[in-house]
Order: sequence, then C-alpha cells, then structure tokens
Amino acid sequence: MAVFVYAENINGVYKKAAFEAVAYAKAVADQAGDTVTAISVNPTDSSDLLYKYGASNVINIKDEGLKSFSAKAYAQAVSEVANGNIIVFPHTTDASSIAPMLAVMNGFALITNALAAPESLSPFQVKRRAFSGKGFMHAKAEGNGVIVTVSQNAFGVKENAVSGSEEVKNLSVANEDTKVISHEQSSGKLDLKEAEVVVSAGRGMKGPENWGMIEELANVLGAATACSKPVSDIGWRPHTEHVGQTGKAISPNLYIAVGISGAIQHLAGVNSSKTIVVINSDAEAPFFKSADYGVVGDAFQIIPALTEKIKAIKG
Amino acid sequence: MKILVCISSVPDTTSKINFTADKSAFDKNGIQWVINPLDEFALTKAVKLQESQGATVTVINVGDAGTEPVIRKALAIGANDAVRVNLDPKDSFSTAKEIAAVAQNGGYDLILCGKESIDYNGGSVPGMVAQLLNQPFVNASVGLDVNGAEATAVREIEGGKETISVKLPAVIAGQKGLVDEKDLIIPNMRGIMSARTKPLQVVEPTSSEVKVQGVSYDSVPPRAAVKIVSPDNLDELVRLLHEEAKVI
Ligand SMILES: Cc1cc2nc3c(=O)[nH]c(=O)nc-3n(C[C@H](O)[C@H](O)[C@H](O)COP(=O)(O)OP(=O)(O)OC[C@H]3O[C@@H](n4cnc5c(N)ncnc54)[C@H](O)[C@@H]3O)c2cc1C
Repeated sequence: MAVFVYAENINGVYKKAAFEAVAYAKAVADQAGDTVTAISVNPTDSSDLLYKYGASNVINIKDEGLKSFSAKAYAQAVSEVANGNIIVFPHTTDASSIAPMLAVMNGFALITNALAAPESLSPFQVKRRAFSGKGFMHAKAEGNGVIVTVSQNAFGVKENAVSGSEEVKNLSVANEDTKVISHEQSSGKLDLKEAEVVVSAGRGMKGPENWGMIEELANVLGAATACSKPVSDIGWRPHTEHVGQTGKAISPNLYIAVGISGAIQHLAGVNSSKTIVVINSDAEAPFFKSADYGVVGDAFQIIPALTEKIKAIKG
Repeated sequence: MKILVCISSVPDTTSKINFTADKSAFDKNGIQWVINPLDEFALTKAVKLQESQGATVTVINVGDAGTEPVIRKALAIGANDAVRVNLDPKDSFSTAKEIAAVAQNGGYDLILCGKESIDYNGGSVPGMVAQLLNQPFVNASVGLDVNGAEATAVREIEGGKETISVKLPAVIAGQKGLVDEKDLIIPNMRGIMSARTKPLQVVEPTSSEVKVQGVSYDSVPPRAAVKIVSPDNLDELVRLLHEEAKVI
C-alpha cells in the first residue's frame, strides 16, 4: 500500500505543513508496512529535509509551466506521478485546492481536515474536524483509493529520519485556463496557520492604534497575530488575521486572547488550540469557560507587564 | 452571462452541536438553518454582477425539502431562480456530482461557491465540481471581476495574495473579501414577497454513490476548569505557561 505525500513548497522552499504531512504519511506507511514517496513541484530545497521526516523517495517534478500555481494543472501533475492508493496533503490553501480535483481525477475518496493518524487503513478511517471545531467526525473512505488532508498543527512535525533517494520527473502539463498576473507575498510575517503561538486581540483593544503592544508581545513570543471578526470588519486589522467559524481555524500550542469575549463563533476557530490564555476585564466573559488560564483585568496594564516578564525569562 | 451559485443550508452559527444518542449522526433537533455564511459572499457577488452586467443568477442546493426556506432566502436576496436536487447529501462527492449534473446542461459561465461549509467543513465541493466539469478552479477567492469571457480573481495565499486571470466558464470558491461584509444583502420585504413567486425547480438525483461515510461523531471534550491568575501576579502566569503547560 504505497503512501504518497504532497510536500508543498513556496518559491521552492518547503513549508512546515509539508514536513507535518510527510510525518503523517510516515505514520500511515508504518501502519501499512510500506514506505513514503514525497512529491514536490519545482522545489529548490534539498530532499534531505524530507528524508528527515520519513520520506524514502522524493519525486521532484520539474515543469516550467507550473512555475505559477493552478489547482487543475497541479492536480494533473500529481496524478501523473502519484502511483498509489493513499495520498496525503497538508490542509493548506494550495493543497486543499488540488486535493478535490485530484480525488475526482483518480476516482478516490477525499477526507479533509484529518486530526490524527488513521484509526484503520482498510477501510481507511480517520478522525476529522467538523462543525467548525464544535464536534468531530470519524470518516470512513469507500473504494480503493483515498486522499487525506491533514489539519495544520494537529498531528505535529515529528522527525523520523530514513535514508532516501531522489528522482527528477520532467513534465509539461498543459496550464492554459489560468494565468497568474501578480503575486504579493508579505515577507517576514509568520504564517498564522503554521504558528505554534498566536497572540490574538478583539474589540477590547478599543482601536487599531493600540495593537503595538499586541505585536510586541507576539514578537517576544515568536508568535503570529490574529483578531476577532468585528476587529477585521471595522478594518482595524486585515481580514487575513480573522480567526473563527468564518475566518481561519487554527490550532497552535498556545493561544492568547486579549479583549475577546469568546463568542461561540470565535471559539469555533480556536478551541483546538492546546493551551488557551484569556485576558479580559470582564470576569463573566464566556471565554473564561474555554480557557486553561485566565487573568481578569485591564489588558492595557497586563500586556506590557506580561511582555516584560516573558522577555526576562527568554533572556 | 449565467451564474450558478451553490448554497448549502447549515446550522445557524450560534447552534450548539449535538449528536444522536448512539453518536451515529448530527442531531438536527431544534436547529435553525441558515445559508452557509461563506456562500452568502458568493451569492452577494453574483447579485452584484447581475446588477452591473445583467447576469442571471440561479442558486442550486442539494438537499431535502427541509432546505427550501434557505433557498427562498437566497431568492429574496436576489437570485432569479433556484434548483433543488432532492437528495439529503451524504458526502462532498455526491453533492458535487449532483451540482455538476445540473451545471452540465445549464450553460453557466460562472459557478460561485463558498470555499467551505461550516457544518462538515469539507471544503471539497467546489474543486470537485470544477474537475467534474473540466473547468478551471480558483479557491479562497477574495476578489473577482468579470470581463467578457474572462474573469480576474484574487485569491488568498499563505501570507499574501495572488491575482489570476481565468478563462470562463470557471468555478470560483469565495470567502469574506469577495464582497465586503457590510455589503451583504439583507432581504427586504419586497425581496421576500417576490421570492415566493420565483421559480424553484426540484430535480431528482442522478446517482447515490458516496465516497466517504460519517461513521460516528464526538463532541468536543470540555477543558479542565480555568486557573485564574491575579493581574498582580503575572510571574505565576509565566511560570504556569513555562512549567505546567510547557508552551513557552
Ligand atoms: C455568521 C457569524 C459568523 C461569525 N464568525 C466569527 C468568526 O469567525 N470569528 C469571530 O471572532 N467572531 C465571529 N462572529 C462574531 C461573534 O459572534 C462575536 O461578535 C465576536 O467574536 C466578538 O468579538 P470581540 O470578542 O472582539 O468583541 P466584543 O464582543 O465586543 O468583546 C470585547 C471583549 O473585550 C473585553 N474588554 C474590553 N476592554 C478591555 C480591556 N481594557 N482589557 C481587557 N478586556 C477588555 C470585554 O470585556 C469583552 O469581553 C460571527 C458572527 C456571526 C453572526
């Protein structure tokens, strides 16, 4: 039961989600008594990085036509080289665009947002995120092939070094329907979905001018920043930072929520965080019911003080 | 221009999610149903294209008769007509297949969807529809212009944005940003009245093939009681995060 995994890269550089997907594929392969083959499109990073997480083979697709992203063309390319009946993807924007197209091409079942290693392989069954984090579903695949996308930060980036080999495949997939006109990557910012620590703030911050202290705390922690929906609706923060049922679903190791009430829609996107800290002036804020640690008080005093204390221990 | 908007009927966002006693299914008792919030962005975008370009907007829903109030709401928002495929959908693939079957004969220039439904969070139907129809697909779209036989879509990528020109017909899956939140249309009395007389066609499903089954469901286990730390003792918070939770 050969296991394939899509190792996503951005401009040739592997993403953390790619390592997590490879680690997941390795767990599946160990269950199946087989090996992992990773597929990547035009990577520049070394394949050693993928061997480290358990890929025994790496297929590097070289295709000038795939220099820019097209879900359909990428699905076509992966379909040409993925020669097995289990294919793992990270649940990133690109990968979760390719996976449904590939599933139809190959006639495979598709299970998205997997949260753990499979419960069984034949039939393939796995626990997945559902109801926007308000419940879990144990999903079973029908038929002979399955594609599974792994929810980011759910399984973890587990090292499992194997010796591997690399193969280059030259393809030229037709890519005529879509054309990338421009690509803007804001550099230096930590990707919210990949971040292990997230500092998030809500309407309790009163205005965008007060976000400096949130960013500073995030900086000290090596964290990404996020916000509640009203904050991005009013335009205090970009909507790419909005987490929750209608925003991004995240599962960092540590989620610090400042001046956020903890409405059910907000919780839906963050309640799979491993540890939740809530800072709120209202002791009755619903968020305290879903938190591990809470501080009742004024964020404008607490955040700068907390930042100093963390700076001190980080030395 | 003909636009097809895919609408999913989902539990209202404030719904508590419960499962049947044997955990084999979602418990629909007491649930209020709404248009999937991400689909609302797609629908509003379509209605805007209807106003600016004279497009006709058809909404499609795969669902049993219980979803008709949600379809009527979509009509009240401004869609011209609606199709309901009479099937209580069991997975993304069966849903996509029915949508593609209707789209196949409809000659739509553009199919708009929300990028994910907030119930089963599959995020799979739009891409599957695109592949079944052999059309290009742009996911997570936060901007869209249509110009004749071509569209320009902006999609969100990790840490940035990408602007893409797409040959029509195409499938675009949108989210907040496709239109502004403040521009979402709330149906007025006239819309609600006219929705009652707009055509809602019911068609029978073409197949019942399912690729994924929900075997069982679990609720989210409650967290242990919160530990409250005094704002005057933040050293204790730092200690707990460092030594107990081991997250910093
Ligand atoms: C269809 C739909 C979808 C939605 N999707 C989402 C979603 O995806 N994500 C999301 O976040 N919301 C979502 N919402 C909105 C959600 O219901 C809440 O309105 C929102 O989460 C509240 O944001 P908030 O906590 O920042 O603001 P508020 O509710 O205004 O709460 C602000 C909090 O800050 C505290 N505070 C004030 N001053 C201070 C201070 N000085 N120090 C410390 N604390 C202070 C207050 O006590 C309060 O608890 C959705 C709503 C709907 C209807």
